Amino acid sequence: MENIAQRAAVETPFRRFTRHFFSSKIAACGFILLVLIVLAAIFAPWLSPQNPYDLSRLDVMDSRLEPGQMSVDGQIKFLLGTDEQGRDMLSAILYGIRISVAVGVASTVIALLIGLTLGLLAGYSGGRTEAFIMRIADIQLSFPPILIALILLALTGQGVGKIIIALVAVQWAYYARTARSAALVERKKEYIEAATALGLSPARIILRHLLPNCLPPLIVIAALQVASAISLEATLSFLGLGLPVTEPSLGLLIANGFQYLLSGKYWISFFPGIALLLTIVAINLVADQLRDVLNPRLQTQ
Amino acid sequence: MLVFIIRRLLQSVVVLLVMSLLVFVGVYAIGNPIDMLISPDADQLDRARTIAAFGLDKPLWQQYFLFLKNALAGDMGRSFAFSTPAMTLIVERIPATMELAVFAIVLSIVMGIPLGLWAGLRPDGIAGKTIMAVSILGFSLPTFWVGLMLIMVFAVQLGWFPSSGRGPTELLLGVPVSFLSVEGLKHILMPAFNLALFNIALVIRLTRAGAQEALLQDYVKFARAKGLGNSRIIGVHVLKNILIPIVTVIALQFGSIIAFAIVTESVFAWPGMGKLIIDSIRFLDRPVIVAYLMLIVVIFIFINLVVDVVYSLLDPRVRLSDTKG
Repeated sequence: MENIAQRAAVETPFRRFTRHFFSSKIAACGFILLVLIVLAAIFAPWLSPQNPYDLSRLDVMDSRLEPGQMSVDGQIKFLLGTDEQGRDMLSAILYGIRISVAVGVASTVIALLIGLTLGLLAGYSGGRTEAFIMRIADIQLSFPPILIALILLALTGQGVGKIIIALVAVQWAYYARTARSAALVERKKEYIEAATALGLSPARIILRHLLPNCLPPLIVIAALQVASAISLEATLSFLGLGLPVTEPSLGLLIANGFQYLLSGKYWISFFPGIALLLTIVAINLVADQLRDVLNPRLQTQ
Repeated sequence: MLVFIIRRLLQSVVVLLVMSLLVFVGVYAIGNPIDMLISPDADQLDRARTIAAFGLDKPLWQQYFLFLKNALAGDMGRSFAFSTPAMTLIVERIPATMELAVFAIVLSIVMGIPLGLWAGLRPDGIAGKTIMAVSILGFSLPTFWVGLMLIMVFAVQLGWFPSSGRGPTELLLGVPVSFLSVEGLKHILMPAFNLALFNIALVIRLTRAGAQEALLQDYVKFARAKGLGNSRIIGVHVLKNILIPIVTVIALQFGSIIAFAIVTESVFAWPGMGKLIIDSIRFLDRPVIVAYLMLIVVIFIFINLVVDVVYSLLDPRVRLSDTKG
């Protein structure tokens, strides 16, 4: 008993969190995979054998080589083959992960900030503001995400900024709804009453007291949403509505290889697909474990 | 109830008007269709005539009101690319999309319920665990990627199914369908499975949860005490009780299936509405884009209305005022 008491005494919240998190082996695998993917995305320029978008480095003689073949000038070994322009697929994939992950994370963070602000505002203020914000969120949530993104992109055209706007528009309502319901629960608790009684300003109450207590469910949703944002971006880019050719994400790489897939040259599409798949699965594994760890109801059971 | 429906209808009209304005103004903002319609070496007179013929010389608000007036009469303008009425173009493609969607729903029920029952009855077996693990993939994998893999394996490597297109169609009650011939069935199977994937996973989860709950109920114990065989208890008593929520949920998924058909149709070159809209966006075929978006918004508003009414009938606790547009 003494031992346990001692351990509990030295265990910081962070340590308890990591212990809970890594208690699942599969989640730990997902976490390691995710770290590797993020590192690959950050260090893509240094890791990749060639700069896939420096046209002077590409040789048409190398086009559509099978995985494992050497380049014509004998300098690079194409581990994952080459595409129709003689581009090393491994390098293209590393750069593609970079773009896909950046777009997914950026859109999620922006949507989280917007949704959180609107949700807390709605939950804290109530009345007409609440009715107005939540009605818009409701109407939006009754349409599938892909349709909303499609409508927006059909209206605005291609581009990194535009696809981020579309992904933000798809996601904000989830956060707004979750933040509002969390705020509704927390608002009635005594610490908010105490803060109000102390005469603190509403801004301070919302930011310093309400916000930290509403965060855990939002973190979980945000983690899951990064995966679906990446997946949606890949789908839209595959359809030719997402990113322009100058910023090839994984979805665009897959689309480029699609026509060669039918003639049996599988690698141009297949390997970017595997990279996309691993990214999505890794994020989902981590997010699922986060949900279990951060959900206080599950912990007490 | 009637008041609720009327209020919801009014709300739907408002949503529709807002969407029409958004879509119209938005579509107006992209690209300049004049460059596409008129060859660069046409003279000034030709240009002016074509612009006037498409009504592109009027101010934007006049074009919008003209568009609204025509839209109410079912006329959404002529396609720039095909020079046929945009609505006709879309309506021609509705049967293909509907066939695919209905086939996908049938597949998700036919495949999802047995697999879900298996996983629910033997939750600790290897098969049950595998089914559940695979169903997680069904939720998280991007549809288009699975479609590509299906094409790669079953069309390119094995050559069992054709990789694209709809195959021969036959008329059934005046509607062209492809599932009546073997060749047509071969064409529809892969895209329908691809489209159904998410819903198969959904049905598996629902069936499993339902079966596990039902097995603990008194009526199952009673049936066992009566000496009924296992297959009869599960096939008749359990299934009958869990079927209603499953069928409801799947029916409610119909809207998302039509939306997701955009992706599947593009992957498998299925000649439906979804492929048409993607092609139209690429060609900046403004009237078709507007007509499709308006039609899909109408379909969704209608489905949402039906969903709300059905839910309120099924579950009296749902407050009718708290519903979506």
